[in-house]
Amino acid sequence: MKKTVKSPAASSKREFTTVSGHSVNELYSEVDIGDVDYASDLSGPGKYPFTRGIHEAGYGGKLWTMRQFAGFGSPEETNARYKELQAAGGTGLSVAFDLPTLMGRDPDHDLSLGEVGKCGVNVSSVVDMERLFDGVALDQVTTSMTINSPAAIIFAMYLVVAERQGVPWDALSGTIQNDILKEYIAQKEYIYPPKPSMRLVTDVFSFCADRVPRWNTISVSGYHIREAGSTALQELAFTLRDGIEYIQYGVDAGISVDRFAPRVSFFFNAHNDFFEEIAKYRAARKLWANVMRERFGARSDRSLKLRFHAQTAGVSLTAQQPYNNVVRTSIQALASVIGGTNSLHTNSLDEALALPSRDAALLALRTQQLIAHESGVPEVTDPFGGSFFLERLTRDLEIGALEYFEKIDQFGGMVEAIEQGFPQSEIANSAFRFQQEIESGERSLVGVNEHIEDKSETPFETLYIDEAVAERQVAALQEVKSKRDSMQVIAALDAVRMAAEGTQNLMDPLLEAVRAHATLGEICDSLRDVWGEYEEAAFL
Amino acid sequence: MRRIRIVIAKPGLDGHDRGAKVIARSLRDAGMEVIYTGLRQTPEQIVDAALQEDADAIGVSILSGAHNHICPRLMELLKQRGLDDVIVLVGGIIPEVDVPKLNKIGIDGIFPPGTPMQSIVDYLTNHVRPETDLQQ
Repeated sequence: MKKTVKSPAASSKREFTTVSGHSVNELYSEVDIGDVDYASDLSGPGKYPFTRGIHEAGYGGKLWTMRQFAGFGSPEETNARYKELQAAGGTGLSVAFDLPTLMGRDPDHDLSLGEVGKCGVNVSSVVDMERLFDGVALDQVTTSMTINSPAAIIFAMYLVVAERQGVPWDALSGTIQNDILKEYIAQKEYIYPPKPSMRLVTDVFSFCADRVPRWNTISVSGYHIREAGSTALQELAFTLRDGIEYIQYGVDAGISVDRFAPRVSFFFNAHNDFFEEIAKYRAARKLWANVMRERFGARSDRSLKLRFHAQTAGVSLTAQQPYNNVVRTSIQALASVIGGTNSLHTNSLDEALALPSRDAALLALRTQQLIAHESGVPEVTDPFGGSFFLERLTRDLEIGALEYFEKIDQFGGMVEAIEQGFPQSEIANSAFRFQQEIESGERSLVGVNEHIEDKSETPFETLYIDEAVAERQVAALQEVKSKRDSMQVIAALDAVRMAAEGTQNLMDPLLEAVRAHATLGEICDSLRDVWGEYEEAAFL
Repeated sequence: MRRIRIVIAKPGLDGHDRGAKVIARSLRDAGMEVIYTGLRQTPEQIVDAALQEDADAIGVSILSGAHNHICPRLMELLKQRGLDDVIVLVGGIIPEVDVPKLNKIGIDGIFPPGTPMQSIVDYLTNHVRPETDLQQ
């Protein structure tokens, strides 16, 4: 992006850029924001286009939700961590599932070897889900679940747990990530090809519009795109373009936009570059409001308001001098709060080394509490609004995102762009460029390429997950299988297959299969039978 | 004169391929022949690729904690196929307590987060067997 107006101070010979490569002047002034109009580009908080926030009262009405992502080992171990986080003042639950669960495999599958409970909690049936939420009344918490390809099935398990607790579905609130596009783009935990995967997503949209009205049916995620190496601009552009794709598929599936758009939520990264991150959140709100109104003709204010969760950047944390990570996380969290996040996860200092230990997870939560209650930052809404620099950055990000929208529209949509490898190669190029900048010393990483200390042992204990978890989960799975009515399971899985071949909403057959104690692997396999599996061409 | 040939692979269920891709491109820029296998390769597939490509080295990227299963199997298969001279490097998140276990099965090149690219290049140029007639 080239600047059109030269700032009087833009004469310095040293070239500065944001962490994403956006050029930055030493000083900004009025001439830099000649193209920004207060009434139409910013307006007040709670007013279209919501650049300054979606709530008129900012955090005055309600602070952001302190939602710490957690999950490891068995459901019991994770349940205990949730209770600790709640007791320490956490205000929402957030489930991290392990790789077998994310990939729709039971813990006894060959491909699950060595992976059970390692990167999250292992869940293979509704019985595991009941153990995970043991003693947690589902109408008293909001729960976020990071699951994508098998999202509809895991969500069905959550609904059945609610049923068994006697909690009506319209009393449930929370979020299912359910964002398959960013899996093809960045995180690569996909199972099925894009088209049937998109159908699972829109089936969840329409099912929830009818029966689970307070549930966020998707969390359109830039987080993973950024972690995979994208710039802030690419994160913003690809995420919102993914959002457009989901709305389009929902509309094409026959759901009217104002029925499901209010339950579409977002998830962004909070990276190191303080001002660029704040600008990113502001640009996102404005772009989304505009797209929803102009492109989709949404009328409800709730469809226009972009609500988002933020997580500090795991990728920015270093294994070297890990205490430095507390400082990085604080700066990133502060940017997301100033940017008006509605929910926040702060990373633990040990995340470049292992899953968070109990103490590290608590310190991360305390970081949010300090910002909330001691810094004074939440008292004022969009406190940097009107800053010459911030408004320039916000506008530049908006313009850059619109250019990307156009490119992706030219592919025919995001699904088509993904099939051509466009966002994937954009991200890989950015990741490579960043690494080269680190190698050359052009960009500094404290403790890694400057201010290096002699290698020493990690100064604290990290969480270690041993293989006993896998043995326990396999035993639990066998018990579930031995106690269920296998004829009922076979019939339920057949019904899933039939529904997948046809066009009916899949949620009801999935719920029946879950109630019959069919396992995650079995249900996913039934869908694999019909839809096949997606394979990405290996390219660099 | 033969350039170092290395297979870069991403075993296990994990799809986080940023590291594997960045390493592959960097080694290619450093003048090596790089064969990138893509995601979710079993140890069998990785060894097949090494055999087919006549590789001098294999680099695996593992962040998920599955190294205790994948690495021993990989080393065993290499031995079975008579490829004991192929050097294996592991990059990713390897807990300190697991490092001696990997050393014991013949993996010395373990590269944690934050490793400078040059140290991986140096490791390869110093360890690939001299009889393969490398570039000077």
